[in-house]
Amino acid sequence: MSITSKDVEHVANLARLELTDAEKEKFTEQLNAILKYAEKLNGLDTESVEPTSHVLPITNVMRADERRESLPVEKVLLNAPDDEDGQFKVPAVLE
Amino acid sequence: MSEPNKYETVVGLEVHVELHTESKIFCGCSTAFGAPPNTHTCPVCLGHPGVLPVLNRQAVEYAMKAAMALNCTIADISKFDRKNYFYPDSPKAYQISQYDKPIGENGWIDIEVNGETKRIGITRLHLEEDAGKLTHVDGGYASLVDFNRVGTPLVEIVSEPDIRTPEEAKAYLEKLKAIMLYCEVSDVKMEEGSLRCDANISLRPYGQKEFGTRAELKNMNSFRGVQRGLEYEQFRQAEILDSGGEVVQETRRFDDALGKSFSMRGKEEAHDYRYFPDPDLVRLHISEEWKASVRATIPELPDARKARYTFEYSLPSYDAEVITSSKKLADFFEESLGYTKDAKAVANWIMGDLLGYLNANGLELSDVKITGQGLGEMIGLLEKGTISGKIAKTVFKSMLETGKRPQQIVEEQGLVQISDEGALVGIVNQIVEANPQSVEDYRAGKEKAIGFLVGQIMKETKGKANPALVNKLLLERLK
Amino acid sequence: MALFDLRLQDVHNKLNNKELSVTELVNASYSRISETEPSIKAFITLNEEQARRQALELDKQLQEGGERGLLFGLPAGIKDNIVTEGLLTTCASQFLSNYDPIYDATAVRKLKAAQSVTIGKLNMDEFAMGGSNENSSFYPTRNPWNTEYVPGGSSGGSAASVAAGQVYFSLGSDTGGSIRQPAAYCGIVGLKPTYGLVSRFGLVAFASSLDQIGPLTKNVEDSAYVLQAIAGYDAGDSTSANVDIPDYTAALTGDVKGLRIGVPKEYLGEGIDPRVKEAVLKALSVYESMGATWEEISLPHTEYAIATYYLLASSEASSNLARFDGVRYGVRADNPDSLIDLYRKSRSQGFGPEVKRRIMLGTYALSSGYYDAYYLKAQKVRTLIKQDFDQAFERYDLIIGPTAPTPAFKIGEQVGDPLTMYLNDICTIPVSLAGVPAISIPCGMADGLPIGLQIIGKAFDESTVLRAAHAFEQQTEHHKQRPQL
Repeated sequence: MSITSKDVEHVANLARLELTDAEKEKFTEQLNAILKYAEKLNGLDTESVEPTSHVLPITNVMRADERRESLPVEKVLLNAPDDEDGQFKVPAVLE
Repeated sequence: MSEPNKYETVVGLEVHVELHTESKIFCGCSTAFGAPPNTHTCPVCLGHPGVLPVLNRQAVEYAMKAAMALNCTIADISKFDRKNYFYPDSPKAYQISQYDKPIGENGWIDIEVNGETKRIGITRLHLEEDAGKLTHVDGGYASLVDFNRVGTPLVEIVSEPDIRTPEEAKAYLEKLKAIMLYCEVSDVKMEEGSLRCDANISLRPYGQKEFGTRAELKNMNSFRGVQRGLEYEQFRQAEILDSGGEVVQETRRFDDALGKSFSMRGKEEAHDYRYFPDPDLVRLHISEEWKASVRATIPELPDARKARYTFEYSLPSYDAEVITSSKKLADFFEESLGYTKDAKAVANWIMGDLLGYLNANGLELSDVKITGQGLGEMIGLLEKGTISGKIAKTVFKSMLETGKRPQQIVEEQGLVQISDEGALVGIVNQIVEANPQSVEDYRAGKEKAIGFLVGQIMKETKGKANPALVNKLLLERLK
Repeated sequence: MALFDLRLQDVHNKLNNKELSVTELVNASYSRISETEPSIKAFITLNEEQARRQALELDKQLQEGGERGLLFGLPAGIKDNIVTEGLLTTCASQFLSNYDPIYDATAVRKLKAAQSVTIGKLNMDEFAMGGSNENSSFYPTRNPWNTEYVPGGSSGGSAASVAAGQVYFSLGSDTGGSIRQPAAYCGIVGLKPTYGLVSRFGLVAFASSLDQIGPLTKNVEDSAYVLQAIAGYDAGDSTSANVDIPDYTAALTGDVKGLRIGVPKEYLGEGIDPRVKEAVLKALSVYESMGATWEEISLPHTEYAIATYYLLASSEASSNLARFDGVRYGVRADNPDSLIDLYRKSRSQGFGPEVKRRIMLGTYALSSGYYDAYYLKAQKVRTLIKQDFDQAFERYDLIIGPTAPTPAFKIGEQVGDPLTMYLNDICTIPVSLAGVPAISIPCGMADGLPIGLQIIGKAFDESTVLRAAHAFEQQTEHHKQRPQL
């Protein structure tokens, strides 16, 4: 498998990154090198191997349904790049 | 217009139901509806850097309970996955959901349409977190984001494409709502967004096995809206097929005010949600003991109750269906039966006067003060002849407003029926003498004239005269 | 002897005897910073006003007596991806350059309870992605032993500040070697605890299934003290282990007699600097002389570890870093013409090239059609790598090898070649994938640059790791060497 610059554009769009042409070219080349390197995993038979998503054998971690105090709105909006009427403000979602 | 019955409609519904836990699914913020914007938020539900989710046990148990009530098989191992997409109402830019190991799978519910029972399959029920709320401002050029709702636990219930008509879709939703209410896992208020529905709909010529191309219909805000939306979409797709066109697979937004759906194509991109197991959460191992303890909390469900009502109380199927459609109503019905044996009378009052009043005023049972006990006692007073049917209407109205016991209302307002011959004879004589024309008419064979005289007597006694006794005395006097 | 070279117990004795005050400790920290910082660049944000105020309070407490925290009065640096309420936390990224946290990480709350004094926030590779600190979007930190060399990374600031004597200890984070490798490059002690031992709550996530916070210190005893302060179950972290925390300093007996050590041949094979290999073999002979035994073993899946790691870590990162969208915090790009434009511009302007590269790799690996081939495959290989360790630990108490195949490299030497850079992590990444604890301690020098020895233990057996590291320290002088600044 090799990545084309079109794939790179598609992935950049999914990741909401805007790449310059130079970046596109560089990433296409570098991602290809990394993925080519990753192909060595294909040499391993993992047919009957379970995937590991956690190294610890922990299950059923839950909390009781109890309310805890929320933040004051000043703190909620402390880092907001733009806000209005106690809410975060963004350019409209296209409808 | 397409000829009817040429195409078969195929519908599958995706329903989101908010679970009414005290706190959010992954943090301790309140889930209460209607708070000022962003006052029910914390670093976790705002998706600040470094925060981690911790699962609410109650949300899991409500989801299990709902899945069991929908006859699903409950997973032995369940897990949470991230659904990745950017949207301002999604603070982490991923929603914690369940991809390949949902809480429940392979369930079903029975619905009743036109007196026939039909089984609709449930593909799966999974647990996930709700998103925030956007409000458009600045003439549509900007949006404000309120994260109060983000993290409210939701179950998504996906049906099999077993639904064939808009009426069936509505019946399915009503049954789903009833089951959720019976299980007490959600308050299921569509106007507050605690039940939301998307529909996949396609048409195919009768006899064809393969499904046609489907459209996904969104933004239907009421059960009636779902029905209307599907009806419109049926019509739209039939027209396309009739003219030899092809239905486009797309998402469409239903506009309830216009009664039409509009394509959202081009306004949303092809999605690639890149699901993967959320490394911040661990797996759920749902043991048989855990399942049994949750199962034990499920009350008698609508279908079972309905069967019991038709068997135990000999209620007509239709009456039983109406009364069991809401747990509160059914509980009210059963409470009444503690005070009278006449189940059919109770059913009639509920279906006539009670539901008539609630529907006319857009109210819920919990909005009025009448109790099941009150209704039962009132029917008892009717049976004993203490009050007349006409008085009962007055008493009933008073119970709706005040919640007082019927006996008290009758006493306070002096509504006891006059069944004493001595007390009525004088009034009968008085009315007969005051209306010679009517008496003459009656004697001349105009039977109707007697009605006028009874009415006058009832008026004179403010409706309290025992109607049977008035009739008897009047006939004797006119002989 | 410099103030920060004193053992923790000696510092506390001096405080008790009024020979020293917390204010003097904090003064020493800031004056050392003002001397050395222009050449080291270990810090991103200083907490001077707060720290001096806290020093006065602690001195008052010292006068009044009463119970004191485990790390009382010790000047600490905190890696800038560990969230500190009211103190900027940037992850060395332009995107978060203005981020003023509204809560404290659990590890920070624990440090507060232990009464250390936060001196400032330490430089790092942006979002902990990198092994040289050259990926800091502000400025690279330099190696105190030779400022033309990298300090390692991603916890480069954490390692350099301790090595340069700017702070008494620091906290770092380790995802694939980010505590151990800079500790090795800077000649200090760096411990990556077992996954789940220290809460991740408030550690800005890079790769959630691998990230761990750990201490960087001048000696093993201090490492044990700091670990004692920060370890333990946290109900706010679902992946936190509910285990009993032993007394780590009690484990420092100096006795390693009978310990069985496995030495993976894969860690000493191709690509290893002969000077590093020699230092490691020398260290092994020290252990032999103390009554431990060692033999060569094989961890056969080592060669697959780097590919596995980069697929898994980048995939998780691509999702973890999606929240940096410019809606609720961070630097929003000016004048976006639409919402999508806001996302794209804010993220593209806010992230550096290595971060973008990994987001791209991770997004690709998770995308439709490639998930099974890359992400799922890597998760399965991770199982095999973990099994290598499980099997080795059936026969050995510890696994020992180098921390990194080479000493520190020159700034700029490996920039532009991500793959070569990734290969530096060959000895630390498998350990991270297995989730087991490991410490890096100084074990020699090569042309004026330190070499690190990596001691790897069984899950939650930090005690044995610390005991072996401490015993080695007792027998050698490597840890006493200091850079001339």
